[in-house]
Amino acid sequence: MTDKEQYKVHKEPFYQAQGKEVVLYEAAYAARLPVMVKGPTGCGKSRFVEYMAWKLGKPLITVACNEDMTASDLVGRYLLEANGTRWLDGPLTTAARIGAICYLDEIVEARQDTTVVIHPLTDHRRTLPIDKKGELIEAHPDFQLVISYNPGYQSLMKDLKQSTKQRFTAFDFDYPEAVLEAQIVARETGLDEATAAKLVKIGQTARNLKGHGLDEGISTRLIVYAATLLKGGVDPKDACRMAMARPITDDADIRETLDHAIDATFA
Amino acid sequence: MHPQVQKYWHEVDCGFPPVADVFEECVYDALAVFSKPQMKAYIEAARVLGKLGRGPEPMLAFLEEWPSVVVALDGDVLEPVMDFVRAMQKSPNGQAIAPFLQTLAAVARRMHSPEQFQRYLDISRDLMLRTQGSIHGHHATIPSPGLPEFFGQAPFLANMLSLSGMRNWVEYGIRHYSTHPERQIDFFKLQSADSRAVMQRERHGTLFADVERKLDLTLRALWHETEQLVPYSTAFDELRKPIPYYDKLGMRVPDVFDDADGPGGTVSGLDRYRAVLAHMIGHRRWSRPQIADNWSPFQRMAVEFFEDCRIETLLIREYPGLRRTFLALHPKPVADACDPETTSCLRHRLAMLSRAFLDPDHGYTDPALLEFVGRFHESLANGESTTKEMAELALLYVTKTRRQSDQLARVHFDDTVIDYRDDNRHMWLYIEDSDDEDFFDDPAKQNKKPAEAQSLPPRHYPEWDNQSQTYRPDWVSLYEALHPSGNPAVIDRLLAKHAALAKRLKRLLDLLKPQEKVRVRYQEDGSELDLDVAIRSLIDFKGGATPDPRINMSHRTDGRDITVMVLLDLSASLNEKVADGSQTILELSQEAVSLLAWSIEALGDPFAIAGFHSDTRHEVRYHHIKGFSESWDDAVKGRLAAMEAGWSTRMGAALRHAGHYLSHRKSDKKILLLLTDGEPADIDVSDPDHLRADAKKAVEELTTKGITTFCLSLDPNADDYVRDIFGQHWKVLDRIERLPEQLPMLYMALTK
Repeated sequence: MTDKEQYKVHKEPFYQAQGKEVVLYEAAYAARLPVMVKGPTGCGKSRFVEYMAWKLGKPLITVACNEDMTASDLVGRYLLEANGTRWLDGPLTTAARIGAICYLDEIVEARQDTTVVIHPLTDHRRTLPIDKKGELIEAHPDFQLVISYNPGYQSLMKDLKQSTKQRFTAFDFDYPEAVLEAQIVARETGLDEATAAKLVKIGQTARNLKGHGLDEGISTRLIVYAATLLKGGVDPKDACRMAMARPITDDADIRETLDHAIDATFA
Repeated sequence: MHPQVQKYWHEVDCGFPPVADVFEECVYDALAVFSKPQMKAYIEAARVLGKLGRGPEPMLAFLEEWPSVVVALDGDVLEPVMDFVRAMQKSPNGQAIAPFLQTLAAVARRMHSPEQFQRYLDISRDLMLRTQGSIHGHHATIPSPGLPEFFGQAPFLANMLSLSGMRNWVEYGIRHYSTHPERQIDFFKLQSADSRAVMQRERHGTLFADVERKLDLTLRALWHETEQLVPYSTAFDELRKPIPYYDKLGMRVPDVFDDADGPGGTVSGLDRYRAVLAHMIGHRRWSRPQIADNWSPFQRMAVEFFEDCRIETLLIREYPGLRRTFLALHPKPVADACDPETTSCLRHRLAMLSRAFLDPDHGYTDPALLEFVGRFHESLANGESTTKEMAELALLYVTKTRRQSDQLARVHFDDTVIDYRDDNRHMWLYIEDSDDEDFFDDPAKQNKKPAEAQSLPPRHYPEWDNQSQTYRPDWVSLYEALHPSGNPAVIDRLLAKHAALAKRLKRLLDLLKPQEKVRVRYQEDGSELDLDVAIRSLIDFKGGATPDPRINMSHRTDGRDITVMVLLDLSASLNEKVADGSQTILELSQEAVSLLAWSIEALGDPFAIAGFHSDTRHEVRYHHIKGFSESWDDAVKGRLAAMEAGWSTRMGAALRHAGHYLSHRKSDKKILLLLTDGEPADIDVSDPDHLRADAKKAVEELTTKGITTFCLSLDPNADDYVRDIFGQHWKVLDRIERLPEQLPMLYMALTK
């Protein structure tokens, strides 16, 4: 049997609720409903799931999806050995066996034929057929499936099928309100709130440009990076340029606009 | 007359009465700045100018202007100037001497060193030599038409352009109008459109056109607003400089800003634009219009100053970094610069107050000023305050500090103009019509509606000038219109006529179309076993080595993502009959394009069709035949059936316009397919290389936008030039009769 403990979240992750999502998640978990977390990059989706796993005291298995991922990367595969084969469970199978929360991060990145393997686990059946082994796994009573995705992708190719979407309850995440976001940044890094508020203000200027040359605004994660640099003694303007303006764009006009916003905010 | 002056008068040896009138005064001015040898040279030069036989003007201008030239340049340039005068005198350009000397001082004030002034002389000399004419080719006999005009404009040009800009502008004029005296005069008088356009391009400072996107992004990012930004020209309105303002139609900003050297450091042109925008945004956010009927102009001015400062304080509260920009641009009036006994000082007082509102370290000590600074900050301490509150404070201030002299006509203007602020026209509501002269909301004017536009306005495109390697700005006017409609049945008949060909094409198309599956090998998991790899793995396995588990293969779909624009040359040469005499090229093109359209439609690629021809640069016609979103239906077929040929082939502008549409499509591959029967040509261009070079440039521009241009030429002699223009992407069709067959085939080959 796999060691359950290694997947447990032992230390409380810092998570600042934006609304009723904690209560709602607990309700969904009580009924073992699958959950989908939507939102732009770096707004706290993964942190939220981690926090909930900690709060519920359940193990958490995270899979970062990519476009080369196949069904057997999730379910498991036979490994060839010199004198035969050996079956190795994939993360999804492991989670179903030990009763963990299985979190598939950025699910749209995975190929569409891969995503359908989760279907039998997400409806009333709660089973996982392993055709290669001829085994049907009944999911552990504690097992729950959580997926996340970013609907902001410009690509028309990357979207979930309706048949997948309609198996989940969903949370819509967004970057927090300015005041709240400043508190989060302050809490996360120990920076004073006034400076954190300035960083958030710069972040918002970039979010206003979304769709006008920027695919995504500056995420809370980047703001936290900037705050961390600031806390480490870096000059505020340099920290903002390095952590917030430079990463998100190669467009000279936008970079200059963001630089101007930084100069205007830090007198 | 002083005996010394008498002596000089004797030396210049001149009998012109107008010179005699001013001579004494000029000599006194000159004595104030000249050393003794300089004075001697001055009188000698004046004497020479008097003896030129060109009347009193040259001498008069010289006597009056020269001392200030020397002061402005801080160096002696008499020798080169006199050299140039002699050169003009010897050539037929003698009548340009007077204008040259008359504007000398004004030009000199714009030059910062004798070296720069020397360059101005060089430019002038170059212009003279290259535009004067000669009948027999030996001696110049015809004067340069543009030279006197150029001297007339020189102070203005020196003000607007850097020396290299002036050089380019002159160069442009010489190159394009050296053979056309009337137009040359218009150009150097700054009266022709391209003269102004080229000047605009060469201006120093930050041009609005260059930073428009940055400003738009700034508005969005910092202020979360979008607004139409409309530039106004600052170059030609000499009497009354326009200032920024905004109304329903957008924000008006100047077309150029130089970097500003303010009291608090240099502010870049871009930052000046941003300050202007921030100020106007502030008004839009926080200012409310006030009823102004009962206030005097002075009171209104005071209210404007107070309100401007209020919104700037709020802006700084939002973005503290703006304080630096505002303070650097805000003048810092000196406390006692204005004498209240002789001058109206209200502006000065308000400017000081405005400075004190914004600048904590203003250093003014006037008690009234300090009191109101305190009250101003007090009212803004808890919240945003209001326009009304500011108005009350301002009226109080005017009452409190009023002086009799405020009514004087002489107003103190130094250091009181704050050029990033708008004209505040939005702040005032009038219940009754004002009798102010500059009342701008004339109701009669407002009721006039602009006439409905009959067709699309022209689009202007630049044209590449190969000789100078620069663009001629806004050179070509392109009119786009829907092609008139004809009978769609014609096209259906054409398609029916080529039924056999269509059948053949259909087979090819079917081969092309399902080209969607691509095999992906070496997969651990896949839809099929890859036998070769599997056997190799098995051998490894039996041999005891670690086998490769990637023995499967799968398939990947690989769809077409191609957008194509078919651009047809509709010039007059299409009306010619082909060799066998049965059909015109136009009819063949029609057939070919119909078949092509049918094929592309079958393939499912989005495509558009357009035709073009031109009648000089002022009228390039671009006919819309099919748009990307239209389907291949009767409306489109009708337009295709009505196709007519005429006029010439100005290719560059049409390519640019077609590329403009293509560049907005989202496709992996964008193709512009040009069908033409000859080289680019137009009746207003004599040099065949010019339009070729322009077309080549247009193709290069399209390439940088990710558009592939392909030319199918029906001109058997096209090899000479198509390679130059289109690089590798061209094909010449020798047997035009085969066009209907070849065009769809070509397309398929291109996109396979």
